[in-house]
Amino acid sequence: MHRSIESLIRESEETGKSLPEVVLQAEVEESGRSAEEIRERIRKTLAIMRAAIEEGLKGEVRSPSGLTGGRAARLWSAGPRLLGPRVTETLARAISTLEVNAAMGLIVAAPTAGAAGVLPAILVGVSEYLELDEERQIDAMLVAGGVGGVVAQRASLAGAEGGCQAETGTAAAMGAAAVTWAAGGTNQQVATSVALALQGMLGLICDPIGGLVEIPCIYRNASAAMQAIAAAEMALAGLDFPVPADEVIDVMGEVGRRMPVAYRETAQGGLAAAPSARKLVQIQPSRRPTGISA
Amino acid sequence: MVSLFDILGPVMVGPSSSHTAGACRLGLMARAILGGTPERARIRLHGSFAATGEGHGTHRALLGGLIGLPPDDLRLRNAYDEAEAAGLEWTFENVDLGDDAHPNTAVFELERAGERTVVRGASVGGGRIEITEIDGFPVSLGGDYHTLIVLARDEPGTIATIAGIFAKEGVNLATMRVDRTGRHKDALMTIELDEPISDKALEEIRSHRWLHWARRIEKIA
Repeated sequence: MHRSIESLIRESEETGKSLPEVVLQAEVEESGRSAEEIRERIRKTLAIMRAAIEEGLKGEVRSPSGLTGGRAARLWSAGPRLLGPRVTETLARAISTLEVNAAMGLIVAAPTAGAAGVLPAILVGVSEYLELDEERQIDAMLVAGGVGGVVAQRASLAGAEGGCQAETGTAAAMGAAAVTWAAGGTNQQVATSVALALQGMLGLICDPIGGLVEIPCIYRNASAAMQAIAAAEMALAGLDFPVPADEVIDVMGEVGRRMPVAYRETAQGGLAAAPSARKLVQIQPSRRPTGISA
Repeated sequence: MVSLFDILGPVMVGPSSSHTAGACRLGLMARAILGGTPERARIRLHGSFAATGEGHGTHRALLGGLIGLPPDDLRLRNAYDEAEAAGLEWTFENVDLGDDAHPNTAVFELERAGERTVVRGASVGGGRIEITEIDGFPVSLGGDYHTLIVLARDEPGTIATIAGIFAKEGVNLATMRVDRTGRHKDALMTIELDEPISDKALEEIRSHRWLHWARRIEKIA
């Protein structure tokens, strides 16, 4: 995979290939799989993403700890009060996937399980709003994958290494790039959307209550989805950012490395260490999660 | 090397790549080392596995792996029932293996058809695992390859003989590691291969007088 956003874009400009084609070609060369095979696997991946969102929105999922489940459906049925419907739906979709994840449902860890709600929420939403056909959605996924690959190599995707910014921050950058491209943005606008999405997530700590991928994770996914779609909107309008995407990614890596260990998925600091949070996790978990038919 | 589907995946049963998907792969690997579904399993959990395992479905994922369920199989959710149905008797214990142990470590004591095996491994992040010990011998296995483990007398020519057997079959060696217990004593060889190991190759290796034992481990999901 490419090691910089700059090299993805340069190859696209030099060869006249679109960004998804550049990502696809690199994967064909590295994996030895055919382009059709790769696109087919992404098609299946998209189907699993959609199914997880649907499942969570039914409102019946509950995690073994009892900390999460049912909130996505509550937001979905309450509908917009202050925001436009697209925004409220995006929030609900992001929470939905994370609730399914917490209830041991099937999800796509793109790029991680803890940040699995972001990319599907904005991609499924935008695909519906812009009536994107499935091939274009697969192209958008390729753009997201290309961006995630750059972050994986330059910084980190793991909360234990770089805090929540490495997980939901990366997911937001991937999602912003995917929908900026899908909405007809230029290569430069795609790069700007990555920078804009990630700059807004810098410094975010990973402090899950009880060490579980539940609270605040479901809400962090919702806010990251919001960050992503806002970044795409601003980039598409031609707003710029003076620090290039690759440098913002490097900064995220640096912030992660300097982040105290208490804020890197150890449940020793942040919300996890708040008095009420400590009380919460003394609840005995139930024998099994509920709501998803095997 | 990062692959596209490491980023747009893996597809897995939640909630955690390390505590659920990785735990499942540890179970699968322990099963592969034993050579089939165990009848009895004593599983000891260390560190974060012990502290947050229950809320992450770690116990279910470990049991699911032991009975052969892959990380994207929704039956992991009901792994207690599935394991019972598969005839597995199990116990879990939380232990402290010391500061040097990886925080997501599990130790399996497994029994099947009168054979007993002890496997130690850790879930090292993103669903990746490392098996670090089999029956007291130090190893380093990730489950991404077909693997042969050989304990042999430390004599000249043993490595060449084994490599020759695979060469004859046209099987490509990915990695090879040799640890010996002392000069002219025993050597433990770990060989990772791109293709499965045939019965014929295994038999041929086992026929040599310098061999104590050889164990074939299939690649896991």
